[in-house]
Amino acid sequence: MGNLKLPRMLIATAAFWAVVSILNATGILNGYFMIIINRSLIFVILAVSLNLINGITGQFSLGHMGFAAVGAYVSGSITTLIFKLSPDTLAGNGIFVVAIVIGGLAAGFVGFLIGFPSLRLKGDYLAIMTLGFGEIIRTILNNIDAVGGPRGLLGIPKFSNFTVIVAFAFLTIAILRNLVQSSHGRAMLSIRENELAAELAGVDTTRYKVLGFIIGAFFAGVAGGLLAHLLQIAHPTQYGFYASALVLIMVYAGGMGSLTGSVIAAFTLTFLTEGLRVGIDWLKDTVGLPVGTEWTMVIYAILLILIMLFRTEGLMGMREAKILIIAEETK
Amino acid sequence: MSDALLKIKGMSHYFGGLKAVSNFDFEVPEGVIYGLIGPNGSGKTTTFNLITGIYTPTEGSITFDGSEIKGMKPYKIVHRGIARTFQNLRIFSNLSVIDNIRVARHFTVRSSLASSLLRLPGFKAEEKAIRQEAMHLLEIMHLEDRSEEKAKNLPYGELRRLEIARALATRPKLVLLDEPAAGMNPKEVADLMELIVRVRNEFKVTVFLIEHHMKVVMGICERIKVIDFGETIAEGLPEAVGKDPKVLEAYLGKRGA
Amino acid sequence: MGSIINAQQIVNGLQLGSIYALIALGYTMVYGIVRLINFAHGDFYMLGAYAAYGAFFVFNSFMPISGPLAFIVLVIAMGGGGAIALLANRFAYKPLRYKPKLSSLVTAIGVSMFLEYFFSALPVIGPSPRGFPEIIPKQMYTFLGAEISNYVVIDIAVAAILMISLTFLIQRTALGRAMRAVSQDKDAAKLMGIDVERIISWTFLIGGAFAGAAGLLAGMTYPRIQPYMGILPGLKAFIAAVLGGIGNVPGAVLGAYIMGLAETFANAYNSLLGEGIAFVILILVLLVRPTGILGEKVADKI
Repeated sequence: MGNLKLPRMLIATAAFWAVVSILNATGILNGYFMIIINRSLIFVILAVSLNLINGITGQFSLGHMGFAAVGAYVSGSITTLIFKLSPDTLAGNGIFVVAIVIGGLAAGFVGFLIGFPSLRLKGDYLAIMTLGFGEIIRTILNNIDAVGGPRGLLGIPKFSNFTVIVAFAFLTIAILRNLVQSSHGRAMLSIRENELAAELAGVDTTRYKVLGFIIGAFFAGVAGGLLAHLLQIAHPTQYGFYASALVLIMVYAGGMGSLTGSVIAAFTLTFLTEGLRVGIDWLKDTVGLPVGTEWTMVIYAILLILIMLFRTEGLMGMREAKILIIAEETK
Repeated sequence: MSDALLKIKGMSHYFGGLKAVSNFDFEVPEGVIYGLIGPNGSGKTTTFNLITGIYTPTEGSITFDGSEIKGMKPYKIVHRGIARTFQNLRIFSNLSVIDNIRVARHFTVRSSLASSLLRLPGFKAEEKAIRQEAMHLLEIMHLEDRSEEKAKNLPYGELRRLEIARALATRPKLVLLDEPAAGMNPKEVADLMELIVRVRNEFKVTVFLIEHHMKVVMGICERIKVIDFGETIAEGLPEAVGKDPKVLEAYLGKRGA
Repeated sequence: MGSIINAQQIVNGLQLGSIYALIALGYTMVYGIVRLINFAHGDFYMLGAYAAYGAFFVFNSFMPISGPLAFIVLVIAMGGGGAIALLANRFAYKPLRYKPKLSSLVTAIGVSMFLEYFFSALPVIGPSPRGFPEIIPKQMYTFLGAEISNYVVIDIAVAAILMISLTFLIQRTALGRAMRAVSQDKDAAKLMGIDVERIISWTFLIGGAFAGAAGLLAGMTYPRIQPYMGILPGLKAFIAAVLGGIGNVPGAVLGAYIMGLAETFANAYNSLLGEGIAFVILILVLLVRPTGILGEKVADKI
């Protein structure tokens, strides 16, 4: 039965949650590790949602972090400026979750505003258009004093914890998985494969391209909200072009069109970032070499070029792990 | 013949200043296999692109099943009941064979997005029905063993059949086939001819095909129109068209077939 | 409006437009020939500025500040921009020439990231901004109520001389003819015996050299350079190329001057508008006339 598969993914997630929580409680995984794991999970949400736009619907967004910024600022404004919430209360946590969803919806609306006019464009033009929109969002945030302008939105309460982030990451993956393996999802895939043939198989390609942007932007907004409530700050520079490029690298490294690949790449690259940072610090402080954190991005840039030159399909190609494939009743 | 399924009147189309199709009149009666032939560059594929809404004709009208479809978006024309295949295959290469078919069933889906995301029972029942229907189509095309294969792994002849199956999956009243026999060997051509006739009979569709292959056209078409340089030079039953001196000169004569 | 549109602003706009024009030409030439939006093009401009910076200190150690020194610095800036463009083409873009277009675009993003962060990471350069030396002593004149420095004249004149040379090259030389042929139809050009890859290399070299010259001019004019200095001017010059009609050489120049003036006026009006005007222009162009002012419509083949 097909519906037995959802629990299997749920069980796997619950097991992951339990193991990490226990290791954390016993002190084997310290707070430092938890931060990296939380970040990884937020990047999982960002990468799979970008994959919906770029890998599954075959569009191209270079401004994904712009959507995340909308989610971060909207949810952060709700919890920090409007309600002045504290993480200690149950009601506070409830409002936080609602604020995250509202942040997602706001980002989804921006996705609609961007997706709709962009649809006449293809490929590189679409890339530039989304990049332009991302920069406009950042410029606007930089200039709104109510949310801190160039200083950023400060003093956001720390609502995001491991449990909340795992739950949102699970829901994101489950929903996108269900979407891709439905008629609506197949309509999106067909646009990637051949837009004209999709249109002539009766697919309203405009509608599905916009839908891809809206859903992708929604989850990016959720991730942005979670990130803001993890780092306790939302700052315009966190959401610039290079942050978007980093998510793009994850999608390409994992494989365009593979949710599994995006999950693996988000974890791997987030840990790699941290590992490189530690390594660079060691070289600088212990060995005494004049090296800076810029080398991390140098390595990512080389990684991206190498992927494009030698393994364009990424780690997974378009394949999915078994746990993300819904078995169908064939009889 | 006022009850023709597809009626085209005075259709012309220009690309820039270039005349691609000039003052075409067509009447495709319901249930027939209709053939359009003409040398390369005579405006055949453009005609298909105009009927399916990829281009909007500069002049003229296109009436399908009693209503005007000129200017409609391609996918809406598909919903009205016109499906087509392409001269150069346009397969969803990275999707499975069955998914290629299921995409074409998608527009009749009633399950909402929310119901799909939550996989509610109504959604599941609908997906199951779509799957069964797609498998049925694949059986007719002798592709049922390939259903889970990625489409790009299929040989050319099977891809041609898959594209016809995808067109049929939209439950069309009229199927446009753009050079279905292109690149096929004689055995495959014979099978294809049989398949087209069988499809017409089983699915009760009208078939409108473009073909270079005279054997196919003369063998299965019940009505033929011959065009050259965007203009009609002959029209009628295969026997009559085959003997028309203008046709022999413009088409058969030049190619020596 | 009088306070916004006046002689001073027009002069500033033309000066900025000249720098954009030199960058935009490279974008548009490369796009015209290989249909690639070369994201790293703004970084070639950055490289030109650093090459000029280094060259100035090396040569100034034994040469006085003078016209010949400035000329040497310009040649080295152009050489630096051109060389890096050639390398990027050879190692990153050429292997992907016949792959899907987006692969090259993503690779170009990688090249851009690499150049910016590699330069920041190099201890001799580093991430912090550096003041750019006065290669030519600065002098101020007053003209029609506008404060004009000799740098304005130099910027506009250098851009004009380079653009006139480029026009001559494209219209009158065998190389120019081959470039036009390749941009029309690569396959046909190949059949005519044109070495397409060689023409592509020349295009990158010229585009990179122009960007390098722009880097020197910008370094002199706004005397501060840093590894990320190419991002925004690069984007704006690209938008200028789109505005003029990407692939169209006069269009790029026209678009660049419109962009320079628009940005200067917008900045005088409101700094937020100044920051965002380029992207507003981009979005308007793409929505209203994606082919740009002088661009031609390309029909999709079905």
